[in-house]
Amino acid sequence: MSQEKREIVIPSQLLGDAEGNKAGRGTFIENGKIYSEMLGILSKRSNYINVIPLKGRYDAIEGDFVIGIVREAMASSWLVDINAPYPALLHVNEVPWDVDFGETEKYLNHGDSVMAKILEVNVEKKLQITLKDRNLYKIRGGHITYIEPSKVPRLIGKKGSMISLLKKYTRCRIFVGQNGRIWIDGDEDDIAKVIYAIRKIEEESLAFGLTNRIEELLKKDIKDVQ
Amino acid sequence: MESDIKLIDDNGKRLDGRAPDELRKIKIEVGVLHRAEGSCYLEWGENKVMAAVYGPREALPRHTQNPLRAIVNARYNMAAFSVDDRKRPGPDRRSREISKVISEALEKVILLEKFPRASIDVNIEVLNAEAGTRCAGLTAAGVALADAGIPLKDIPVACAAGKIDGHVVLDLGKEEDNFGDADLPVAISPRTNEILLLQMDGHLTVEEFDKALEMAINGCHIASDIQKKAIMDKYQSAPEVK
Amino acid sequence: MTITPSIKRDYLSKLAEQGKRADGRTFNEFRKIEIETGLFSKAEGSARVKIGNTQVVAGIKILIGTPYPDTPESGVMTTAAELIPMASPDFEAGPPREKAIELARVVDRGIRESKIIEVDKLCLEPGEAIWMVFIDIHIIDFDGNLFDTSSLAALAALHNAVIPIERLRPDLEKLQEKFPSVKKYLEEHPTDYPLPLQEPPISCTSVKYNNAIMIDPALDEEEIAEARLTVATDKNGDIRAMQKGLNGSFTVEEIKKVIKDSIDNGIKIREELYKSVGK
Repeated sequence: MSQEKREIVIPSQLLGDAEGNKAGRGTFIENGKIYSEMLGILSKRSNYINVIPLKGRYDAIEGDFVIGIVREAMASSWLVDINAPYPALLHVNEVPWDVDFGETEKYLNHGDSVMAKILEVNVEKKLQITLKDRNLYKIRGGHITYIEPSKVPRLIGKKGSMISLLKKYTRCRIFVGQNGRIWIDGDEDDIAKVIYAIRKIEEESLAFGLTNRIEELLKKDIKDVQ
Repeated sequence: MESDIKLIDDNGKRLDGRAPDELRKIKIEVGVLHRAEGSCYLEWGENKVMAAVYGPREALPRHTQNPLRAIVNARYNMAAFSVDDRKRPGPDRRSREISKVISEALEKVILLEKFPRASIDVNIEVLNAEAGTRCAGLTAAGVALADAGIPLKDIPVACAAGKIDGHVVLDLGKEEDNFGDADLPVAISPRTNEILLLQMDGHLTVEEFDKALEMAINGCHIASDIQKKAIMDKYQSAPEVK
Repeated sequence: MTITPSIKRDYLSKLAEQGKRADGRTFNEFRKIEIETGLFSKAEGSARVKIGNTQVVAGIKILIGTPYPDTPESGVMTTAAELIPMASPDFEAGPPREKAIELARVVDRGIRESKIIEVDKLCLEPGEAIWMVFIDIHIIDFDGNLFDTSSLAALAALHNAVIPIERLRPDLEKLQEKFPSVKKYLEEHPTDYPLPLQEPPISCTSVKYNNAIMIDPALDEEEIAEARLTVATDKNGDIRAMQKGLNGSFTVEEIKKVIKDSIDNGIKIREELYKSVGK
């Protein structure tokens, strides 16, 4: 993947015939032709024509791990912002604590951050998240930054190569939510370095040889990179 | 409207030197704002407009939500300093009407059913106005929507044709708009040539209308190519490895 | 509404304790400033100013009007600011709210009270006709520190502005038939000329959180700020306008420090302003 040309496509661009091809994500069919429905990168895999978005909000998929920020504590649930078009519901049954009715604020309140899993996306696009999985909890300490959700795979890298690099050189704990939110914990200078590297990855996400350049950057002192 | 100004000479040249079927110069920049999810700065002759898109996001207040699809809120606004006599800030009846017809035109090309209960907010700011701001604004909005990653069946585009001194011409300039005989702003889906917005004022015969519409659609296609090139240029220019 | 995660507050506070800011600046350092002028043909003067990612467009309209009865020989100026929904997901359409009104008034005061615009030179006929100067500020991209970005945009646009003799010649010619002084004025001013201005004060805003004080707050910093202070200083280092905001407080020593940093940065920003307007 990394060595082939990344072809950018735009909405309404003709991508192929519906005969012999299958219209995948980010495409639509009209009069036997397949068109792109968004700004993205063309990806053809076993007859499937897909467009991977370059921009846009997080499109929630069940099972994804995300970082949420609590918007509101209600009587038996919380409303959590996950950078999707809609807030997600976190029910008291989906947290690892015994929460009495009306006591939700004691556990999570406006502005608190959580690592969560997408539990359900229903047909009306109503979203539910859960904290009942391993390593999901309320976030304390560290810092949260943001990247376009479409650039999350680039930040993680092939088999996690990019993210391992960031961890190796900074000794930070890093959690990348599929919704583009990233939690980083460690020494302040190291956090700053990770954020700087993430901005670089975001700017140059389409460039080749990015991993090597990020490694060079990480070897330097924070004062020299800012 | 009567005037002594001759808008088109015997050789078919217009006041600003353009041929009857010639557009003013169009320049488009993509992704010019930091906060907006998609944005576009567009110059069309002396028109200078900025468009910014937010969303899809939960439509508020709640009663505006449609349980089956997203709603589009386009807001066309003229800066106080964008016209000769200062315009009072804030929406007036004209800008509300333009906002409405632009919203409706954009709704046709956005895949609204993907985002029930959401709103897609499109802000169009006219910073310098000189005839044809709604076309410039809609064309900028089309680019900003694509830049925001909104799923679209097409990138909408607009252009006007009109009539001056009895001749059908493309893309009326300032004097042509003031002293011409008719103005016909049109927005289309360039992939299908479907008409998304159409307004007309003045006086045209049916034959003249047919000619003006064909001309406006041709103008839309020229503007559409500029839109697409601007988006490609912005995102294709991946930095070279040094 | 955008929600600020509470841990961001803790992180920025912790950085501040070590004398650091999230974007690597020192406490008394502005973000990068970009000034462009003369962008719009319909405005008598215009400018676009960027401080970091905050972007403001200002336009000047100059029209003929009638003076206020109590200042019959003086021109009139007004400032309006719009926090349009383009600039931030949290700005709503509609009439200006408190925030926009405070912003417009602070910018207006900075210009009015320091007498940058020489309003006594804007009289056409005492009691009858004067020049009205409208400063309209359009916030198009909001990433903190609107006060300084807006006032710098207004200043840059004012320096770019001309009295529109050419555009309003038909109106002026009508006036000169009634008033001999307008005839004399037109003889002295046969064509467009720069709006008469005096040395401008430069506005610098600082915020305080966790007992640290820093200039030119980015949005992150502004969101967690406890107190804010805007100080406009002139070429001589004198103070020409101030505005304290938010419900936190400053010590007298802190105020003095803010003033000093405002003077230091004001000198640099004034240079950039002059460079951009070719002065």
